[in-house]
Amino acid sequence: MNATSEITYLQAISDGLREEMRADESVFCMGEDIGAFGGAFKVTDGFIEEFGADRVWDTPLAENAIVGTAVGAAVEGLRPVCEMQFADFIACGFDELVNVAAKLHYRQGLAVPMVVRLPSGGGFSGGPFHSQNPEAWFLQSPGLKVVAPSTAEDAKGLIASAIRDPNPVIYLEHKNLYRHVKGEVAEGRYETPLGEARLAREGSDLTVVTYGAMVHTALEATEDLEGASVEVLDLRTLQPLDTEAILRSVRKTSKVVVLYEATRSCGVGAEVASIVAEEAFEDLDGPVVRVCAPDVPIPFSPPLERAVLPQVDDVKEACRELLAY
Amino acid sequence: MATTTARPAALDSQREAQKAKLTVDDRRALLRYMLMMRGAEERAITLYRQVKVPGSFYDGRGQEAVSVGSAFALAPRDRCCVLHRDLGAHFVRGLRVGQYLCNYMGRTGSPTGGKDGNMHFGDPRLGCVGMVSMLPDMSLVACGLALAFQMRREPRVAMTWFGEGSTANGVWHEAMNIAGIRKLPVVFILENNQFAYSTPNEHEFAVDPVERAQGYGFSGVKVDGNDVEAVFEAAAEACERARGGGGPTLIEAVTMRMHGHGAHDDMRYVPKELLEEWAGRDPIDRYRTRLAGEGIDVGAIEREVAEEIARETEWALAQPMPEPATATEGVFATEDPDLGDGAAPWSRWAS
Repeated sequence: MNATSEITYLQAISDGLREEMRADESVFCMGEDIGAFGGAFKVTDGFIEEFGADRVWDTPLAENAIVGTAVGAAVEGLRPVCEMQFADFIACGFDELVNVAAKLHYRQGLAVPMVVRLPSGGGFSGGPFHSQNPEAWFLQSPGLKVVAPSTAEDAKGLIASAIRDPNPVIYLEHKNLYRHVKGEVAEGRYETPLGEARLAREGSDLTVVTYGAMVHTALEATEDLEGASVEVLDLRTLQPLDTEAILRSVRKTSKVVVLYEATRSCGVGAEVASIVAEEAFEDLDGPVVRVCAPDVPIPFSPPLERAVLPQVDDVKEACRELLAY
Repeated sequence: MATTTARPAALDSQREAQKAKLTVDDRRALLRYMLMMRGAEERAITLYRQVKVPGSFYDGRGQEAVSVGSAFALAPRDRCCVLHRDLGAHFVRGLRVGQYLCNYMGRTGSPTGGKDGNMHFGDPRLGCVGMVSMLPDMSLVACGLALAFQMRREPRVAMTWFGEGSTANGVWHEAMNIAGIRKLPVVFILENNQFAYSTPNEHEFAVDPVERAQGYGFSGVKVDGNDVEAVFEAAAEACERARGGGGPTLIEAVTMRMHGHGAHDDMRYVPKELLEEWAGRDPIDRYRTRLAGEGIDVGAIEREVAEEIARETEWALAQPMPEPATATEGVFATEDPDLGDGAAPWSRWAS
């Protein structure tokens, strides 16, 4: 077992990326302001000094160019890691992602080993264009894998497995976790397997199925819920989804809250609820409940934003109601 | 990096000396590939009318010199993203006519196995990344292929094609801009066939797009797109420049789409006189006459191509339709194989 050290979620992403770049010279980064400036959030701080401007490419402000060029480089044997400055800006590079990258293997058998890093999520007055959780966009685009780590350990392990996977992988890194979340992380390279959920806490009365920043909200909200034993399942990967882990937990607790920061309709909550309804209907002792943002853009002003994003109290209330059902 | 739409006469003799050399066999091959493209597309449209081709049908009639002439300059390890009016490039790189027909018919034996149709294919074993419908998305993919060559310091070239209609899209600007910034070894073939579906040039741009190359920091060259050797020479020169670290080139090949956008399009918007005028400049007629004048037996080439197409059609019609169960297979890759090399019939690459 490697030595561990306590580092932030942000440092874990950075370490994971740096170690992959050291180990495999086909791995390179591209994105806006990732070089001399080290990235808007400093994930690639110091990279240009270590790896040079060729492998840490400060691109012009052109998201389709970032994604489309990455596709070509990936097909030709490199492993690009693209940074969108904010997840929201993937909308500007969406065409190359969903029409080219996602469909190339199905149509032509071409592997596209690339990663698109998306600093996502709200909670800091980023407003409608710097706070979104766009994961559902990608889940409707077959051919993309989607990961959303919640801990420093998984942030490092999932960036490594995303880079090594032969498919385009969307890596959602929640901005609120960057410096708020710390954890013991093993030194050296390791992988967190894609498609495997993690039990963040074992319990027997109710399951909160969640991922990303909301894992921490779930843990806090259910830590002391009048003695209820609440299981928290951290999905970690949204595509492929660990259906077995969801069903295993539901069969144990019979009650499910799906907690996610994205907007309500047709998202991960709907998918998890459908799977549970289809596969574990007989095991349920209550309705599947969604706790999430309403179907509105993420507003700017703090009281408005708090009203929209799921808060600890919202989760407590939903769990209490379902426990009492 | 001047836009060389008109070349000073003094440079002509110098250029003549440096001109890419074509042997008699190369010339035969150029005619053969153009005939193969026309013949295969004529065969495919017959299959379409016989309802053996589901969906829609698109061809590149009248534009054969563009894809054949440009792809002929490519070396085996070069890579390309071929567009929908550029069947000749696929044949130059080694695709069989039967594979093309199978793709149209949605059969096995095609590069996509029925997962995609008509011209939406590329054979990865031949170093080709096939197109998508959104234009010109592949121009960025070609930039990415070129980026890989550049980062590995390999003297290789990525080539891609797009119509003049594509130059109105923002992706085109992004591709030209990064190609210029990074001096990528990429060759862009701008096929100006006068119409984007029904939209004529004057509704597409205020300035001839070849003039924009200079604004992106590289050369733009305008050639007669119905003269296969002129296209080849421009492409060969652009490939040499790219291989030598001189960066990208935009080649505007001026041509005419002699059929509708698709088989469903009656071209009512194209003036008859314009079609007649371009019919007189048919790239295959012109080249056939030229080669015949040089004593080449063009009849033998025509017979050989016709026989090959007949053989390939028979093969294609014998290929089964895909098993329905394969529809849900292959969404994700489990391994990461390299692209293969394309055929490179130009005598320069023979060794």
